[in-house]
Amino acid sequence: MGAVYFSNRHHKHWPLYRSVLWTVGIFLAILSVAGPLAERAHGNFTAHMLGHLLLGMMAPLLMALAAPMTLLLRTLPVKAARRITNILRSTMIRILSDPVTATILNIGGLWLLYTTNLYQIMHHSLFLHVFIHIHVFLAGYLFTISLLYIDPIPHRRSYLYRSIVLVIAVAGHSILSKFIYANPPAGVPADQAQTGSRLMYYGGDLIDVIIIFLLCLHWYRAVRPRKRSAQVTWQNS
Amino acid sequence: MANGTRNPYYGRNLWSGFLFGLGLVAFFDEAVFHQLLNWHHFYDKSTTQIGIISDGFFHAFSWFATIGGLFMYADLRRRRALWKTRWWGGVLLGLGAFQLYDGTVHHKLMQLHQIRYNVNILPYDLVWNITAIVMVIAGSIILLKTRRQAGTGGVTNPLSHE
Repeated sequence: MGAVYFSNRHHKHWPLYRSVLWTVGIFLAILSVAGPLAERAHGNFTAHMLGHLLLGMMAPLLMALAAPMTLLLRTLPVKAARRITNILRSTMIRILSDPVTATILNIGGLWLLYTTNLYQIMHHSLFLHVFIHIHVFLAGYLFTISLLYIDPIPHRRSYLYRSIVLVIAVAGHSILSKFIYANPPAGVPADQAQTGSRLMYYGGDLIDVIIIFLLCLHWYRAVRPRKRSAQVTWQNS
Repeated sequence: MANGTRNPYYGRNLWSGFLFGLGLVAFFDEAVFHQLLNWHHFYDKSTTQIGIISDGFFHAFSWFATIGGLFMYADLRRRRALWKTRWWGGVLLGLGAFQLYDGTVHHKLMQLHQIRYNVNILPYDLVWNITAIVMVIAGSIILLKTRRQAGTGGVTNPLSHE
């Protein structure tokens, strides 16, 4: 918010909707780790799953749409901003921001959490609990920005590549939901696993559909016909 | 106009329709049979692992196909290259192809779930798969007809593209 204030003094006005998206995203992320929902999540798998959807998918999407990197780069002094763009151009960021890496960190992490006894161990170790929740959020954010280019990103991958990875990631999420339905994680009662997995399946769909829609929209805009002469009517029969 | 340039978006009309049809039938299946009628089950005990994997991929792809197919439709429109008959042929083919795959491979081979439970399933399976075959045939006829029209120089354009 401070960055928005400072930045607005020198640049074009930072759009209000981006500030709103950022605020709502932060709010949802906090809601999932603190407060009544987080307390219920300890003993209730469905509440846990709702928290996971908010922390790992919804909050990262809203925050990515707020274009925080753009705001940061235009607010910082040129020298500092340049240092950041140099880091963004590095090989490490190139590997990290590849949708395949992001998918492995994001969906792979979830498989690890729910198909091993990690889920049970997590509830007995504060350190692991905090670590896993930070990972879920960061992996969700990385996944979102590796697919949707809202902020400047030096290593861009083609639309087709990103689409294929997105389909595989969504499939991985759906398959995991049904797997949980049939094989509840250790310590989770069957009925909670069933409602939780349905929530994961359909709730995940809802957010994935937004990502698919935005990716297709960007693709649609990128391939718009540029030449007026192309505007001819094709005679079909 | 004979021997003019063929509509360069000839194939894309088919693909846009096909993808949309595939996504539409998957969405219809989810909304009507899973949610409204409650005939299909989210999971049944005989579901095989390969069934869950295939379902997951089709589920994911169907969302992409619906949205992507519609954006392709919009793209064809803005290029004034939309050929509705051919597009509808693609839709029918997509509808039929997915329904046939769902009705045979998913329901029967992979035992993902049945159309309905505690009833004699045979008439349901027959109606399901015959409808699918009818749609595949109808779609194919339309596509073959439009291909013939295109082949006889019916699809022409005085300006070559790009």
